[in-house]
Amino acid sequence: MSALLEIRDLRLAVDSHPILRGVSLSVAAGELCGLVGESGAGKTMVGRVLLGLQPENARLSAGAVTFEGRDLLALSERERERMLGREIALIPQNPMTALNPVVRIEPQMTDVLRMHLGLDRTRARERALELLVDVRLREPERVLRQFPHELSGGMRQRILIAIAFACRPRLIIADEPTTALDVTVQKQILRLLKELQAAHGTAILFITHDLGVVAKVCDSVSVIHAGRILEAASAARLFASPTHPYTRALFAATPRHDRPGVALAPIPEAITKQLWDEAHAGDALLRAADAR
Amino acid sequence: MSARLRFRFGLIVLALLALLAIAAPLIAPHDPLEQDLLNTFQPPVWMENGARAFLLGTDSLGRDILSRLIYGARAAITVAVVAAVLAGLLGTALGLLAGYFGGRIDALISRLVEIWMAFPPVLLSIVLAAVLGAGLHTVVIAIVVIDWTRFCRVIRAEVLVQKAQDYVASALTIGLGPMATLRSEIVPNVAPLFVTLLSLEMGIAIVVEAILSFAGLSVANDTATWGSMIQEGRQFVRQAWWLMALPMGCIVVSVLATNAFGDGVREIADPLARSGQR
Repeated sequence: MSALLEIRDLRLAVDSHPILRGVSLSVAAGELCGLVGESGAGKTMVGRVLLGLQPENARLSAGAVTFEGRDLLALSERERERMLGREIALIPQNPMTALNPVVRIEPQMTDVLRMHLGLDRTRARERALELLVDVRLREPERVLRQFPHELSGGMRQRILIAIAFACRPRLIIADEPTTALDVTVQKQILRLLKELQAAHGTAILFITHDLGVVAKVCDSVSVIHAGRILEAASAARLFASPTHPYTRALFAATPRHDRPGVALAPIPEAITKQLWDEAHAGDALLRAADAR
Repeated sequence: MSARLRFRFGLIVLALLALLAIAAPLIAPHDPLEQDLLNTFQPPVWMENGARAFLLGTDSLGRDILSRLIYGARAAITVAVVAAVLAGLLGTALGLLAGYFGGRIDALISRLVEIWMAFPPVLLSIVLAAVLGAGLHTVVIAIVVIDWTRFCRVIRAEVLVQKAQDYVASALTIGLGPMATLRSEIVPNVAPLFVTLLSLEMGIAIVVEAILSFAGLSVANDTATWGSMIQEGRQFVRQAWWLMALPMGCIVVSVLATNAFGDGVREIADPLARSGQR
């Protein structure tokens, strides 16, 4: 099966401090793929590289990223602008800050439609209204006239989801889209995301630290730690029989509503220490190879 | 004073000044240059010996002060609007470029600003006036040349803040290019600050115009300006204090009005200030 997005051995360092240590990942068309890791594991950086938004002092030392057979890392500025929002879109982490506070919702939604699809003002407005209905917002006419601060976090995240789906992209990168929301709202947003994804056949790379969320929505899962993918499998397989000790420890550290009363176990220090040692040993080997 | 009240005060005073400036020949009771040597140093009408003919009195040559103040508003308003807008546009454009693109552009513009600010402003404007010759255009040029740095520094700093915001990153992820992002995400967020700076600058411009005409570097002596009236009145301040006090009052009130107006506009036009978040 040829993948929609293929990341091979991606290595990235910020100020010569390694962040990604050989990340490989593939997302098939229409698949909802989870990328799970603790904070600092490098999961957000993977998303940034895909969007070409890595920090200026970051350096890619190895690896390849192909999207529909094209090399994402070799795109010119113009090609990237044409692709972002149209073929690859982002659902950002924090809906409270991702919308421009002094601009009404309408231009923020229609920008992407007018730019990528060449719609005129009225057509873009009609399309924006449809999109707002798709994400189940009531009174879309009113919403278009409002400013972000007049809307709740859940509503804003729905708007951001609508913007992400606006041009029917092949791939959406969802960077912890529910982290900043209340648990009740989280569930609605996840359901909405899953529905839209199924309806449009969009592939989603779902970046999160929340295993409960992964279990609920993802088809396949990759576990990342210290910039390395430790285990990748279908969600069903991973949750039934995790093979990597870190994955098992991660499960044991996550509360489960189906097993109340089972005490949570923190991830044993021995495991994280061993993983970091492995990672640093890899860094040392690479440095030695560079020096030679 | 509440924001709305301040805004109204500013709006009314500025509108009045603009009206006086535009319709000066219709409103002024006398020709501002008409001398009446039999009626010099007339006090304003509410004081002892005041005369109906000269509501605010006359100066050492018997010219009507009210008419001269009205004509003086012309120079003040022209300079305030033209100089502040030009300085604002120049400084803001450079500030946006420096803040948004950073790197070499930023280094170049920021060093230029620092060098610029090392010059004493009054000296710079006197040199400019000497080179360009006295006149209203000199005052405007002097203010633009000196005060664009004020806008540039503040706008640049605000752009740096805005650039780090998530919605700027979001704009880039929908494929908006750098120029489009600057236009649609950053400029609207910097606009309230620009309005505030502009109104402050209008006040400053009025004061600078007064200073330069006090020093005789503004419009030619035969045109009435508030600064030149203060300068003339200074010589007779013991006999006729109102000669100096009245134009000073005009300056104070109009500077207050520009500041109040700017604050009000910002608070009314800025959705964040309106919602109490800023």
